Amino acid sequence: MKEKIRIGCGAGFSGDRLDPSLVLVERGGLDYLVLECLAERTIALAQKRKRQDPLQGYDPLLERRIESLLVPLLQNKVRLITNMGAANPLAAAQKIIEIARRKNVKVKVAAVTGDDVLDKIDPQDKALETGRPLVDSGPLLSANAYLGAPGIIEAIQQEADIIITGRVADPSLFIAPMIVGFGWSMDHYDLLGKGTVLGHLMECAGQITGGYFADPGKKDVPGMAVLGHPFVDVWPDGQGIIGKVDDTGGIINLQTAKEQLLYEVVNPYEYFTPDVIADFTSVQLTDLGGNRVQVAGGSGKQKPDTYKVSVGYQAFHLGEGEITYAGSNAVARARLAGEIVRERLKDEFPELRIDLIGQNSVHDDRLHQANTPYEVRLRVAGKSPSFQQASRVGEEVEALYTNGPGGGGGVRKYVQEVVGIVSTLIPRNKVTHHITLLTA
Amino acid sequence: MKLYDIAHSRAGDKGNTLTLSLIAYRLKDYPLLCEKVTIEKVKEHFKDIVKGDIVRYEPPNIASLLFVCHDALGGGVTTSSRMDAHGKTLSYALLQMEI
Repeated sequence: MKEKIRIGCGAGFSGDRLDPSLVLVERGGLDYLVLECLAERTIALAQKRKRQDPLQGYDPLLERRIESLLVPLLQNKVRLITNMGAANPLAAAQKIIEIARRKNVKVKVAAVTGDDVLDKIDPQDKALETGRPLVDSGPLLSANAYLGAPGIIEAIQQEADIIITGRVADPSLFIAPMIVGFGWSMDHYDLLGKGTVLGHLMECAGQITGGYFADPGKKDVPGMAVLGHPFVDVWPDGQGIIGKVDDTGGIINLQTAKEQLLYEVVNPYEYFTPDVIADFTSVQLTDLGGNRVQVAGGSGKQKPDTYKVSVGYQAFHLGEGEITYAGSNAVARARLAGEIVRERLKDEFPELRIDLIGQNSVHDDRLHQANTPYEVRLRVAGKSPSFQQASRVGEEVEALYTNGPGGGGGVRKYVQEVVGIVSTLIPRNKVTHHITLLTA
Repeated sequence: MKLYDIAHSRAGDKGNTLTLSLIAYRLKDYPLLCEKVTIEKVKEHFKDIVKGDIVRYEPPNIASLLFVCHDALGGGVTTSSRMDAHGKTLSYALLQMEI
């Protein structure tokens, strides 16, 4: 059994910076690097890309991340665990092998599959959000079950250098190496709960090192342009210390840890993952100084007997148009412009959304402490089943140039095909994971 | 005073559900948050934004409150037509509350 494991997290979402993970690998003294790159809707969009091209459907930044990390990972004996496989872990593994051959290095890559359950769910199954059959939301595009740690554990045991998964619960990416390293039993829920707390604190990478935190004068964060991403030292009893590489930017303290502990938690007494239902309410955080926070406590109980499934469906086309008004009476002119567009589109778009950016677009009018701005941007958005009809929103906004209030400028228009997500549950026995090993 | 003077917050999203943490800078202000920032107050504050129920958790181990607001994101990040479909900016809207 290992005395201590150090796991770094070098990406908290698909579009995250590339360089912090390289710093972690080169100077972090890591055993494992995790890159968490898969959000709810990211996988549905990836499924669409795979449908257009069977060799695609993995994370768009995979090649660039692996190009920079592969040799340093191998040189520093750091194993990579990532969900960058998205909708196509096998194609992602092939791509990594291709890069390794080009660089003339030896590597063992494991793809963990089995999360794609589109052919195993019934379109008549109930959506958790609506209580109605899944298919009522729209034509189904994808269904991915949140797998737990077991597939990753197997891949680690088969000595893969790089483990690439599709949909896996985020904390499972972190507890898998703990389970292997410390020989934790899969029904020791107390330890799995503690490990899940650490995984949850780590999974958004920079969000615990001062990213998404700074508020100048209130919560100052140094060096945000070179923000360091976190690592956690974990001991066999499930306690951990979160830190970052010296001389990187950012800050780790009680405040950053607390914000992250509660982030996206809908019940701190019962945080569901496929491996354990964790309890966050007994977690003890201690600031050790020097950008290190000790995490103790936390617990867990018996894992659920179903997997959660994210189901992607074809939702609608979102049409948008924007135009700016400036100078005297800018807000009134923008309001008039919005009313004109509403009057012309109200029959086609009963739910047209009209925002005055800088005035009421993110919260409501009531929370805005109105000072009259010098400039304001009108945004109109409407949903439609068809691309053509959705384009009407932008067309009408553009027509304000010669048919609307005085002095409007800078029109932009967009139409976006929107993939929606609903959730459902699937019994465990209907889902099995597979490991595919490739070597270069 | 405003909540902004004594607490900080981070917003998160799960589907159409908004989560808002509220964390006291100083331990001694935590009872005040528990007393003043009631579910009713948060409902009133966000009455044009949060359409569903609000649940409040009080994890005392980290001197924080957590508000879980249902039907709050115009359908959620995938199908909302709002500019901020995640509702990420709403933490600072909570901190605008006068207590």
